[in-house]
Amino acid sequence: MNTPLRRVGLAMLGMVILLLANVTYIQIFKADDYRKNINNKRIALEEYSRERGKILVRSGDNPEILATVQATNDRLRYLRQYTNGPLYAPVTGFYSTRYGAGGLEKAEDEILNGSDDRLFVRRLSDLITGRDPRGGNVELTINPAAQTAAYQAMESNGFKGAVVALNPKTGEILTMVSTPSYDPNPLSAHDGDAQEQAWNGYNKDNPAKPMLNRAIAESYPPGSTFKLVVAAAALEDGRTKDDPVTSTDRIAVGGSELRNYNRGFCDNNRDSVSMTTALALSCNTAFAQLAHDLGDEKFLEQAEKFGIGEDNLTVPMPVVQSCVGPKPDECMSLSDSNAIYQSAIGQRDVRLTPLQNAEIVATIANGGERMRPQLVKSILAPDLSKISDFDTDSLGDAMSRSSAEQLRDMMVESEAKTGGAGKRGDLVIASKTGTAETGNDPKNTPPFAWYVAFAPANDPKVAVAVVVESKDVAATGGKLSAAVGRATINAALAGGS
Amino acid sequence: MASPAQGAVGSPAVGQGAAAESTTPTRRGTELWLLGFAAALVTGALMLVEANQEQTLTFRIVWYGLAFLALFGVAHVAVRRFAPYADPLILPCVAVLNGLGLVIIYRIDLALSERAIQAGREFNNDVPKQILWTTVALALLLAVLILIKDHRTLTKYSYTFGLAGLVLLALPAVLPGFIAPTINGAKIWLRVGPFSIQPGEFSKVLLLVFFAAFLVSKRDLFMAAGRRVLGIDLPRARDLGPVLFAWAMSLGVLVFQKDLGTSLLFYGTILVMLYVATERGVWVGIGVTLFVGGAFVAYKLFTHVQQRVANWFDPLATYNDIGGGYQIAQALFGLGTGGVGGTGLGAGRPDLVPLANTDFIVAAIGEELGFIGLAALLLIYAVLALRGMRSALAVRDTFGKLLGGGLSFLLIMQVFVVVGGVTKLIPMTGITAPFLSYGGSSLLANYILVALLLRISDAARRPQSGSRPRPVPQAPIAEAHTVMVERPS
Repeated sequence: MNTPLRRVGLAMLGMVILLLANVTYIQIFKADDYRKNINNKRIALEEYSRERGKILVRSGDNPEILATVQATNDRLRYLRQYTNGPLYAPVTGFYSTRYGAGGLEKAEDEILNGSDDRLFVRRLSDLITGRDPRGGNVELTINPAAQTAAYQAMESNGFKGAVVALNPKTGEILTMVSTPSYDPNPLSAHDGDAQEQAWNGYNKDNPAKPMLNRAIAESYPPGSTFKLVVAAAALEDGRTKDDPVTSTDRIAVGGSELRNYNRGFCDNNRDSVSMTTALALSCNTAFAQLAHDLGDEKFLEQAEKFGIGEDNLTVPMPVVQSCVGPKPDECMSLSDSNAIYQSAIGQRDVRLTPLQNAEIVATIANGGERMRPQLVKSILAPDLSKISDFDTDSLGDAMSRSSAEQLRDMMVESEAKTGGAGKRGDLVIASKTGTAETGNDPKNTPPFAWYVAFAPANDPKVAVAVVVESKDVAATGGKLSAAVGRATINAALAGGS
Repeated sequence: MASPAQGAVGSPAVGQGAAAESTTPTRRGTELWLLGFAAALVTGALMLVEANQEQTLTFRIVWYGLAFLALFGVAHVAVRRFAPYADPLILPCVAVLNGLGLVIIYRIDLALSERAIQAGREFNNDVPKQILWTTVALALLLAVLILIKDHRTLTKYSYTFGLAGLVLLALPAVLPGFIAPTINGAKIWLRVGPFSIQPGEFSKVLLLVFFAAFLVSKRDLFMAAGRRVLGIDLPRARDLGPVLFAWAMSLGVLVFQKDLGTSLLFYGTILVMLYVATERGVWVGIGVTLFVGGAFVAYKLFTHVQQRVANWFDPLATYNDIGGGYQIAQALFGLGTGGVGGTGLGAGRPDLVPLANTDFIVAAIGEELGFIGLAALLLIYAVLALRGMRSALAVRDTFGKLLGGGLSFLLIMQVFVVVGGVTKLIPMTGITAPFLSYGGSSLLANYILVALLLRISDAARRPQSGSRPRPVPQAPIAEAHTVMVERPS
């Protein structure tokens, strides 16, 4: 009986060897395929449990931490925490195990979770020294004083809308406010139910859409602020700020009429007015006619030079496209020969993001040179040594310096005619307001109130765009948005930036 | 580790009347050292889990380790007393496997209870129950060693065992659903009060004892030549009985209980015993042919068999199907993530694999201890089974040989079926990993198996003179009037 027993013993050994060979194949040769399989949640879970980098801003020389982590005792090991959550939520975004990430948390995820190639050497040294890999830090261009002022001005009035402020010389984004905002903290809770509750409260259960970043992810009809684009095109075409334009009270457009806001003649003048006066009084007929005289091509060309129609701008969060035309594929075209009249005054199909509108005034402020708007000031290694620094990026000249200076003077006149709080005797602001009609029944739908401005006029340090989705049918830009804009400007200038 | 002299010193006067002239070392000292080593390994594993999961280490772990050593120390003393010449490697191998199983079950408890807390659910830890089962199993080991002083006495009750085995096997299939519920698609459990038992686990050992006794008593019958076709000796048609019986029983398990794993286990083990008893390979050929036929018919008839095969070919293709490759894919992800060195005990995510503490416990070990850990584990199983096989070779009676060989093969067959299933070598059939997986029935049954192996190995190494019990006459060879024609081998 021993012979078959020995053979069975050999067979048993063979079975074990077969298992070993198969395990070798699975765990050594196929290991990478299985490890990287899209359905394998282990890698994602590992990144969630890594010490995520900080998001910070600087006020003066003092760093202010917007997002950091707190060590916990559970399996994810670190809890993402936001100081001043709602104030900075449009910038930081959120970081959730269940719902992914948004805002900067998503756009700079590779830096923050430490997987970016620029952190490779540090990861390697972490491996050797045996400490857990950590994420890099992101420092922002945001000016905390201006951000806070803008947010408080919006929030204290219960305004729904957005404020964007730029440094016109560098393109640094100084303010990015969207209201109503939300607190990202509960979305990063390690408790799945708390996450779900918060998520539903911010989304399907909330018509105010607090998680929508109105500054870059929503576009609005710009209304009269778009007259700046028409004026720029006219100045570039060789006209001057003092050249006469029509002051008529109505223009026949197709079957209807285009009229001024006060329904009368511009400046009560039956002949003509200067372009400066027309802008200061925001006369619709003057700019509609001016645009029509320039023609579709020059009008659209000027809009494009300001960055309208760009569909791949990232700051580093993606910015939705701003358009003159109706659809994504007709973004930079006018649908018929009459479209230019209404488009010139920022109605019809024109839609701009608040960031885009801020870019337009920043470009005028910067003597016509457009700078790429950027939110990230620098990227820091876990030990706070600098990995990459801020780089200004010129996107070319949208208009000549002399045209820009004339337009600035026109805007200074416009500011003089604009009411609202926050005016200072010692500060010259150049601005334009806008009240954009919206909806199918524009006369009975509350408009979007705009205020775009830069200051100081002779040496611009901040350019701002404010949009308020007003609740009042009779609202105009001056009343609502100007105060917010001026508060932002004042705070930004006081900070010395 | 321990020198033979030391072993001899350690060899007890308490051994049942060890003859004075005996110089055969008992090697009990070696066993004790190895048990200490096993306890150290298990304690170390527990420390790693604690360090990785709780981030703190407490002195309490040392007490757990000592308690574990004490538990197996009792078993060791029992072996010294009742089976002094038993193989010194068997008990330490079992201790390592069982201890590692406890650590992994505890580790998965930690992960699952945290998930339950997050989801606001109640969670009952499995590890206290498994510790209880381990204690009961060791008591059972003791009982078997005390009650069965000589394995040959088992032959006297072989038909009783066979009948009991069959009844236990058939019970869940026959009984109504409230007492024999269908869990995970298989109807193999009995619910008794708060406990669920799998009677099939016990019938494995019982039927194996029966078959060993039966085959030994009828051995000559099966060795009788039948017709010779193409140079192969075919057995006589009427001697096909046992193999057909095994085949039918396995198919029955498959059809009525939908338990592929147990079915495969029975069939393979009985086939191997038939081969060992008759020393004729033709049985294996016939058996494999029947298996292929049965498997083909089962594949054609049963959708759950087709599903298993589809999941085996490409678990990722059926990943999202109901009853699809999700489980196996998760196990493979775990094994792949573990790679060569593993993530470290307590640092992986074995809880992502369903049934991580029972059928898929091997995937948890592969993930956290890596290829190295899994290979070591397989080698421990191999050592355990081969030591059993060695005892079977060394023991003097045919029943002991057949039983020892069968038990050893049964052990490795379980490992092959479950590890092969988890690692996609063969279709997943859902059985427990011996000594590792959570589950009382499997643990108790496998401890009985080990107790029998200890008994046989004791008989194999025990000096012949003096203490040797008078051989019990084997069950009389069938009084059949058939003329025996034994082929000269």
